[in-house]
Amino acid sequence: MDNIVTIKNLVFMRGQRKIFDDISLDIRRGKVTAIMGPSGTGKTTLLKLIGGQLSPQSGSVVVNQQNVHQLKRSELFALRKQMGMLFQSGALLTDIDVYENVAFPLREHTRLSESMIRTLVLMKLQAVGLRGARHLMPSELSGGMARRVALARAIALDPMMIMYDEPFTGQDPISMGALIHLIKALNKTLGLTSIIVSHDVQETAAIADYIYVLSDGKIVGEGTPEQIATSNSEWVQQFMQGKADGPVHFHYPAPDYFDDLMSNQLS
Amino acid sequence: MMQIFQYLGASTRSRFAKLGRATFFLLHSLPGLVDVLRRPSLFIRQIYSVGVLSFLLITVSGLFVGMVLALQGYYTLSDFGAEASLGVMIAASLVRELGPVVAALLFAGRAGSALSAEIGLMKTTEQLSGMEMMAVDPIRRVIFPRFLAGIFSMPLLAALFSAVGIMGGHMVGVGMLGVDDGSFWSQMQAGIDFYDDVINGFIKSLVFGFVVTWIALFEGYDAIPTSEGVSRATTRTVVNSAFSVLALDFILTALMFGDI
Amino acid sequence: MSNTYTQDTLVGFFVACGIAALFYMSLQVSNLSSYLDTSNTYTITASFENSGGLKVKSKVSVAGVTVGRVSAIKLDKTRYESIVEMQIDKQFNTLPTDTTASIFTAGLLGEQYISLEPGGSDEYLQDGDAIDITQSAIVLEEVIGQFLFKKASE
Repeated sequence: MDNIVTIKNLVFMRGQRKIFDDISLDIRRGKVTAIMGPSGTGKTTLLKLIGGQLSPQSGSVVVNQQNVHQLKRSELFALRKQMGMLFQSGALLTDIDVYENVAFPLREHTRLSESMIRTLVLMKLQAVGLRGARHLMPSELSGGMARRVALARAIALDPMMIMYDEPFTGQDPISMGALIHLIKALNKTLGLTSIIVSHDVQETAAIADYIYVLSDGKIVGEGTPEQIATSNSEWVQQFMQGKADGPVHFHYPAPDYFDDLMSNQLS
Repeated sequence: MMQIFQYLGASTRSRFAKLGRATFFLLHSLPGLVDVLRRPSLFIRQIYSVGVLSFLLITVSGLFVGMVLALQGYYTLSDFGAEASLGVMIAASLVRELGPVVAALLFAGRAGSALSAEIGLMKTTEQLSGMEMMAVDPIRRVIFPRFLAGIFSMPLLAALFSAVGIMGGHMVGVGMLGVDDGSFWSQMQAGIDFYDDVINGFIKSLVFGFVVTWIALFEGYDAIPTSEGVSRATTRTVVNSAFSVLALDFILTALMFGDI
Repeated sequence: MSNTYTQDTLVGFFVACGIAALFYMSLQVSNLSSYLDTSNTYTITASFENSGGLKVKSKVSVAGVTVGRVSAIKLDKTRYESIVEMQIDKQFNTLPTDTTASIFTAGLLGEQYISLEPGGSDEYLQDGDAIDITQSAIVLEEVIGQFLFKKASE
């Protein structure tokens, strides 16, 4: 088993609230691993913990044999050059155009000549199909295009893994299809490890090799998409099939409906 | 009663905490000097957005302030038959006080608020976070060049404000009100001291540039990453900068010109 | 890249204007030019019983024309007099040795300055010389006090 990321007994609190309560998971090299769960379960937080932007209260995150939270700042930065991250919003720099956005990590971390940078940028943009959009500003791009540019930027330094934060949210079917195709293709052709954080069940299940399902700070299910689909956990079934009621109730906890209506207290 | 003290204590403490964060933020940005020296274009781009874009506002305002000073000064001075001192009155007000202070207030409104909004938006849209994940330190890379550009541009803008103001005063005083051209300039040169007035005004504007830019960048960086948070940060920038500039102006004036 | 080029040009223009404004303020508006040629002055001193409101940098004039500035005011510890040192422009190097120095006030509320009245001697004041004949500043309170005293004794 070759694991690129190993998370052990991770506990993360925000104030008094436990976001992660003693979770452990492994992410295998070269595979597409999905982390799923309802909104607000801290899926993005998990990516920030892996990237070292947040520190856990206890437990460890090991990326490529290095414990992320015990690294010095310079070592952490060196490690981050090998991790790409695709933010939900794309997080493109709004004051420079598409070309410069993709060139940004190259200019910051390498001393390549202008012509080398041009070649690399055009290659990456070609890979996401946006070579023709190089002179557009981020404000002129649609959401899906912005994400593809961000993806080109994330792979500019040829990282060993990419973390996708909700890549499918708010996409029309065509750009959704384009993104699914891209994630798959990059994973295959570049041998990248992909971590996808998402609550879009169908799309994620279609490309993931392995799925972890999170709820209330714990892992409630894991396995290949087939195993998850046939899971006997009621909770996982409710989540995967999008049922309105189940272990997660439709109603927020409240006193009895009838009593509530009859009592004339203003609360 | 107890609650009032608790509230005061907590709010004082949070103010100190904010000042502490702002100080660390400032220190953290300093290594950015290396990046700026390696790639001066980062700095030049910021002089454009901080300085050049404030140029028109500052010069036009300076012109009008100088013209108003000439009108007001003329009517007051002519009561004492001292119209010849109009030049020195205009120049002294501008060089010592109005140049640095009004230019800094305008700068806070134009460039400071724009900086806060820009940094706040970069935070809201995860651009800063994104940079961190690309192993680029956003405080070094984004904040420092802007900071340096603010400190660099402010004295130039203040000097422009004063110079254009004096020209405007000359235009109204000599051109329209008929003050003698020769005594306008000679009284001015006799009354304005290079070290006491020009250099001190320059130092003032340098300090104001530092403070306004620092406040603007930190408020933007410290903003709650929502559109409401950014708009509040922008407001706070203008309010806090104006307050700091005026308070510091008193302290600096007391140190420079007073005998306190 | 033409966009960057335009930006660079505008920044250059801005910086040039700012520096020009600084020069303008230094040379046209302030008295920097008079500082620049400090080598072209010579020093003379004069002691006054009372130098009143005279300050360093107060002007020194002959017949209303500024010829120099006060550079230092010290106290003579034995005679309790004020010793005023002034820098006179070298082009006015023909002040006779029996020149009188008086402290006057420009207008009723104006600043105090030193007025030099040349005498008739053939010899001229040299660098480091002292003026012997001086007239102190008029202190308004003293004048009023004397006036009242005289009135009372009448």
